[in-house]
Amino acid sequence: MVMTPRKITTPLTAEVVDSLVMGEEILLSGTIYTARDQAHQRLCALLAKDEALPIDLTGTVIYFAGPTPPPPDKPVGSAGPTTSGRMDAFSPKLIASGLSGMIGKGTRSPEVIEAMKVHGAVYFAATGGAGALIARCIKTSECVAYADLGPEAIYRMGIENLPLVVAIDRNGRNLYRNGPAKYRKD
Amino acid sequence: MRSISVDTIQKQVASLCLTAAFDLPQDVHQAIACAAEKEASPLGRSMLNQLLENAGIAAKERVPICQDTGVAVFFVELGQEVAITGGTLQEALTKAVAQGWKEGYLRASVVEDPLFTRKNTGINGPPVVHLELVPGDRLTITLAPKGGGSENMSALAMLKPTMGPDAIADFIVDTVVKAGGNPCPPVIVGVGIGGNFEMAPYLAKKALLRHVGEPHPDSRYAAFEHQVLDRINASGVGPQGLGGTTTAMAVHVETYPCHMASMPVAVNLNCHAARHATIEL
Repeated sequence: MVMTPRKITTPLTAEVVDSLVMGEEILLSGTIYTARDQAHQRLCALLAKDEALPIDLTGTVIYFAGPTPPPPDKPVGSAGPTTSGRMDAFSPKLIASGLSGMIGKGTRSPEVIEAMKVHGAVYFAATGGAGALIARCIKTSECVAYADLGPEAIYRMGIENLPLVVAIDRNGRNLYRNGPAKYRKD
Repeated sequence: MRSISVDTIQKQVASLCLTAAFDLPQDVHQAIACAAEKEASPLGRSMLNQLLENAGIAAKERVPICQDTGVAVFFVELGQEVAITGGTLQEALTKAVAQGWKEGYLRASVVEDPLFTRKNTGINGPPVVHLELVPGDRLTITLAPKGGGSENMSALAMLKPTMGPDAIADFIVDTVVKAGGNPCPPVIVGVGIGGNFEMAPYLAKKALLRHVGEPHPDSRYAAFEHQVLDRINASGVGPQGLGGTTTAMAVHVETYPCHMASMPVAVNLNCHAARHATIEL
């Protein structure tokens, strides 16, 4: 029997975050925000100065992505995940400020995983290089901050049934560690 | 001499940019389909099937296969009997990329100053151009757009000449395994052995252009490629680094003579969206 993935909606409540376990495939709907290297740097600079952020982080999911520009008839072009590791230096501060979920590709640092355990956050993997498929789940997209950064700006996206995998759960169980260990042949 | 105008080059290459971004090469498609059949991990299979579906959507709807439409890397073979008229080749290629990227709604991913301002040039240029002079009166241009995720996981080592094939294999396997899910596995592994400090990475990148899985013409290197591929796929890294039996689809080695004191080895990784397109003028 093929399991139908569980449907999850943002904002992510503490109960939902706690219920998501490593390896589970889900379909995410609701609102997410894109942010990558330079946007993260700016958000953390604001936090360091105790200034207000352009987005509310509570229960929020950030998508590490820089989509292609929208063609005339579409809300967004191709929109797959970028490598999350480049955001490792910044994510713990955002998690401590309420961020509940992150979407990207590739493993995270011990510091990020520790912050996820302490504050309760989850890390999802989207399929890297499936930008055209993922774009079909993005119904709206609007720049909400740092337009000067072009593809690195923060976009608010309305999504429907985005296919994701729980790569690292809030208890620190890591599919990037456990998955390969299961298939390794020595 | 045969004349080719920069206008012709610009027009043809602008169109090449779209083909490269939207149409996954047939050999790559086939390699992913083959991997999807053989992959042991159910999640891995599901992700590989997503990639095939993605390629179908991209080709049909004319949207990029991947949002990282890359830096435009050109391999140009210029016949020595060809005269380029009306401007320079570099300028024609830069303009073609700007035009193609705009027309195709591709992502401008190039920043002008790498260290301080990092301001996006907005035209995805300038491109990286490798020019080779060849006999004849033809101009062959291959565009291989290269994403940042896999490029960042590439590596160069100046090893010792007496280390032998096993040590070289260790370096290649380590590079791929350490990269984990970052370069979007299953990857294609380009390896340059020999040459010198700047030649080895060039060879590694050039190796990525080979038809996926086509073995090296020298049977010793073909066997080496096969052996390294088996070791990489025994690592368990798997599709997207989440575990499985397909971490790489192919290992391609290119070589060049080198200094008796040197053993340069470069590993250039390509994500599964191994895009490239060629025109001959």
